[in-house]
Amino acid sequence: MSEQRDPAEELPAPAPASASSPAAPGAKPPPSRERLQQARRKWLRTILLTGGVTGAALSGFLPLVYARTKRLRPPGALDEKDFLASCIKCGQCVQVCPVQAIKLADLVDGFGVGTPYIDAREQACDFSCDAVQCILACPTGSLVYKKPSFLGTRKGARLAAAPILKAKEKDAEPTLNLAERIGVARLTRPESCLAVKGQGFKGQTRGASFKGRLRYMEVDRWKPIKVADHPYDIPECDLCVRECPVKGAISIETVFAPDGSKRKSPVIHEPCVGCGVCEMVCPVEPTCIVVEAREVWNT
Amino acid sequence: MNQFLKNRFFDQIAVMFGREAKKPVAISPVAQQFHTMKRATNKERLAAMIREHHATGKKVHTWRNRRWAVLILANLLFTVSFWLDIQVLEGALTASRFIGFHLIDLNSALQVMLAHKHIIVNLVIGTGTVLVLWLLLGGRTFCSWVCPYHLLAEWAENIHLWLVKQKLVTDQPMDRRLRTGSWLVFAALALATGYTVFEAISPTGIVSRALIYGPGLALLWVLALLFFEVFFSRRAWCRYACPIGLTYGVVGIFSPVRVKYSLAECFHEGDCRKVCLVPHVLDTVIKGRAVDVEVPLGPDCTRCGLCVDTCPTGSLKFEVKGLSKLM
Repeated sequence: MSEQRDPAEELPAPAPASASSPAAPGAKPPPSRERLQQARRKWLRTILLTGGVTGAALSGFLPLVYARTKRLRPPGALDEKDFLASCIKCGQCVQVCPVQAIKLADLVDGFGVGTPYIDAREQACDFSCDAVQCILACPTGSLVYKKPSFLGTRKGARLAAAPILKAKEKDAEPTLNLAERIGVARLTRPESCLAVKGQGFKGQTRGASFKGRLRYMEVDRWKPIKVADHPYDIPECDLCVRECPVKGAISIETVFAPDGSKRKSPVIHEPCVGCGVCEMVCPVEPTCIVVEAREVWNT
Repeated sequence: MNQFLKNRFFDQIAVMFGREAKKPVAISPVAQQFHTMKRATNKERLAAMIREHHATGKKVHTWRNRRWAVLILANLLFTVSFWLDIQVLEGALTASRFIGFHLIDLNSALQVMLAHKHIIVNLVIGTGTVLVLWLLLGGRTFCSWVCPYHLLAEWAENIHLWLVKQKLVTDQPMDRRLRTGSWLVFAALALATGYTVFEAISPTGIVSRALIYGPGLALLWVLALLFFEVFFSRRAWCRYACPIGLTYGVVGIFSPVRVKYSLAECFHEGDCRKVCLVPHVLDTVIKGRAVDVEVPLGPDCTRCGLCVDTCPTGSLKFEVKGLSKLM
């Protein structure tokens, strides 16, 4: 940016105004030609710097208007436009997340420098904080338990009932304080799905080097462990259903295939909040099931 | 505050918004006496006195070192709070929580309020706390004692000054009204677009987040700014562009913490103006300009203390207004 301003310095300065305007009697002598030229150059530089700074700022903003890269925001996020308006980019949501699911966007990501997002395949939100801590940490109300009344709710975004967290099912208060979904899971590649193919799964899902973590109730309720440290051996793959933290959000059902034959398949239900754990644990590469960010439940 | 200082007080507010510093209209009789006396001083005797002063004194960096220590510690506290999970200062400079108490940067808060047009309680609490904090500590104290970009820019400035000395580059000054302009432009952009446009390019936010959450490509913009400051215009961002500085400058108008200038001992050598980020607040040290024997510096002063370190006669000192009365 800065280099562009340099050639402007070489621009020939127009003839000084002092040559044409005679000085009034008793007034100060007119400034020298050199001084006037200096002043004019200073102005030119100032205007160019203004342009440079404004241009840079807009270059950070325009992608948001046009590209609209859909990214999963943390739970409780306002609708994208309101979210971008209110997020102060402090990363407090990043800091409280026990599984570090939340990351901050960079310059080239094109959805707001410093705004938080979740890459579910790398590390999904498994609600192992139980209380949706990121919402609690947000100082500006970009992440909210309950939307202020003047902000509208997209149809199908609101959850029919407070989601029941499987991990808290036996607690006095089994529900999660979350009113809207952040997305909806969708089986995008049923042809590769192990459950559809009737295959089992043995070993570490996502391989030994995968860094993602998950809370396993049978291991430790308060300490999420690496998915790689929890190998599986299951006759028929149902990892997405087994590890889904929300009760009744997904199940293996018998469905009709396009050719009319019956087969088993994961089916997503209304309580799906879009946390992305199914996407993270799917052992197939690339994943068969993904969370569609900002998607609503429409049936 | 007498009439002369009152005039200067309002004058310096206008200067902060970008007006050039002008010769004072009225000077107090006592100060005038000093000016006359100094004009009458034998030049050779004065030169001898200055030489004597400089022979004994060497370069002092007391305040600069204190300030750098505070700046580095403050930013380090953010980083270690996250990395070691000690939860003392969570968040980044734009918004954070100090042992649970909300702190929200005034300019960032303003941008969010303008963009979102809805203010929640935590935002009010955090902004209020920071407002009171910097009202007490000196407004732009934030710039020189906390802002991480300020430190990088100081180092870049040293390179720039070295290059100037080698006659490889010349400083290209700009019109200071630009900062007021950019404050207005970014406020208007936030209001109109509903997005905190300034935050995307704020080097303060970018560097702060990079220190805490790891570096990113956004640092390239910061590098471009530093490059511009090294080769073209000395401290351009802080001097001519950054709206954060103006926001805190306004807060500093009523702050009790400031640098005070005493006319009596000053040799008017002007070394303080050479090291200053905002030399227009130091116009009072120019021969014949001081309106009174003691003149507090204006609100645009970042209270960095470089002038205090540089002054060979102790004519510039930190002062907390009213503290001497209390003690």
